[in-house]
Amino acid sequence: MTGWLGPEEWQAVALSLRVALWATVASLPFGIFVAYALARWRFPGRQVLNGLVHLPLILPPVVTGYILLLVLGTNAPIGRWLSEALGIEFAFRWTGAALAAAIMAFPLMVRAIRLSIEAVDPKLEQAAATLGASRFRIFRTITLPMILPGLLTGMILSFAKAMGEFGATITFVSNIPGQTRTLPSAIYAFLQVPGGEASALRLVVVSVVIALGALALSEWLARRAAARLGLSEGRT
Amino acid sequence: MSLDLRLRHRFGAFTLDLAFAAPDGVTALYGHSGAGKSTIINAIAGLVRADEGRIAIGGRVLQDSASGLWVPTHRRKVGYVFQDARLFPHMSVRQNIGYGAAAVADPSTVVDLLGIGALLDRRPGSLSGGEAQRVAIARALMSEPEILLMDEPLASLDPARKAAILPYLARLRDEARLPILYVSHALEEVAQLANTLVIIKDGRVLANGPVADLLSDPGLARHVGIRGAGAVIEARIARHHDDGLTELSAAGGPLFVPALSGEVGQALRLRIEAQDVMLSLDRPHGMSALNVMAGHVTQVRSGEGPGVLIQLSVGDEGAKLLSRITRRSADALNIRVGMPLFAVVKTVAVAPGDIGPIGNT
Repeated sequence: MTGWLGPEEWQAVALSLRVALWATVASLPFGIFVAYALARWRFPGRQVLNGLVHLPLILPPVVTGYILLLVLGTNAPIGRWLSEALGIEFAFRWTGAALAAAIMAFPLMVRAIRLSIEAVDPKLEQAAATLGASRFRIFRTITLPMILPGLLTGMILSFAKAMGEFGATITFVSNIPGQTRTLPSAIYAFLQVPGGEASALRLVVVSVVIALGALALSEWLARRAAARLGLSEGRT
Repeated sequence: MSLDLRLRHRFGAFTLDLAFAAPDGVTALYGHSGAGKSTIINAIAGLVRADEGRIAIGGRVLQDSASGLWVPTHRRKVGYVFQDARLFPHMSVRQNIGYGAAAVADPSTVVDLLGIGALLDRRPGSLSGGEAQRVAIARALMSEPEILLMDEPLASLDPARKAAILPYLARLRDEARLPILYVSHALEEVAQLANTLVIIKDGRVLANGPVADLLSDPGLARHVGIRGAGAVIEARIARHHDDGLTELSAAGGPLFVPALSGEVGQALRLRIEAQDVMLSLDRPHGMSALNVMAGHVTQVRSGEGPGVLIQLSVGDEGAKLLSRITRRSADALNIRVGMPLFAVVKTVAVAPGDIGPIGNT
């Protein structure tokens, strides 16, 4: 594959995979927590949280990217504090690209997980409690296995969204080869220079293959998980 | 071990306000839908937090609103069998019954008791309603509860499955030594299983006592339904006859019922519906009915309709029988409290479904 793709193109593909993977994996615990809170808990500010989670879905991506830049940029107070006190830097780094991708993909992940949590009958969790299971054990042994298909769907959606994220990424962390030039940024960049169409087209093919592969994988995993749950057989 | 409970709870216009104690054995909570039965056991399990009250099992306090004590569900040691079995669909039967069990617990006793040995490797989705319910009971027992709460565990089953599972429940009552709180609005189940009966009406305790006393009380008959009114009496299998009948020795004399499978000497519980008991001033002869018991009238209660409920005491131990006859017949026989009478019970009146072994009452 390295022969077919030029070094610059290969770099963009590898970077995109890394960014999307990190964005998905790192946001998963938060995604599960927020989805669980929205599905099961009634607390003041629940609608505000719900709106906040969905904001990246309805705002123009460029706006989200600009907000990130305002909050976490090198000159922003929070960004400077993170950089100086904790050594975490987002601005113009691949970590920033991953953060932007994670935030843009977060609503999709939370929606999928939340729907699957809402589909779990709380009566089963009650039954587990009467059998002596603590809240944590109930979540680990009852809720989590039952939402596995939804979890996989959420992760795949998040991964696909992260692979394709462009607007917020380019606004927040620019388009630096090897750091922040992900697949979409690279395609965009190749189209700006004469003779770049061939490279762009190859990257388009790669994007399509990765997207379809991810979709097929998620379908297969979800079906296997559902079969293991025995959910296909109805019972009164 | 026994349960002591006092609760006050409001939701909307409905107020639950009651107190009762449940000793070892089966205590049936009987009442119409919406009487508050499920709320009571949900409060015991900690699934509903009652506004006010105190719940204790054998001295271990689970809730006390006076001191603010509240034990969460998973530390209450209650076994709960729900109306819908609520088995975990992603686990095998074996994993389900092991879920609440200590790691070293041996399931073989419980598995035998409920006859689910052949189901252990199946998934809940492939079980019938009756099988699922038996697994649910096994699962609750394996968590070694200090009380077993059963919320209409048979209500979702058809009569055949119900009849199949009742003997398992009777065995459970006799072999597992713990208080069982059994919510039901099926009189046959109550009569067959319960030692103690608590009748709940509109969130209050209407009556509370041994099941035989309450079911033979004409004053309570309208709350359990006049049509279903009937006394519960105890008997033993005396002989199996060749003509397809089994002879029982009951208080008040021998009773003949269609052949039973039990061994001679086995204790049974019979439910005799009031409408199946005729009364006669003299010992009847020249009649097809085989079962005649001598006794005397202890209560006469006429309702609003044409019927009169008569309570009889039969035998030396004062077993109570209920008879429902018309007011016209009662007047014709001039029935008064204290007068001697003969009760005629048709053989077929003792339905097999209403016969159950007597527990440690």
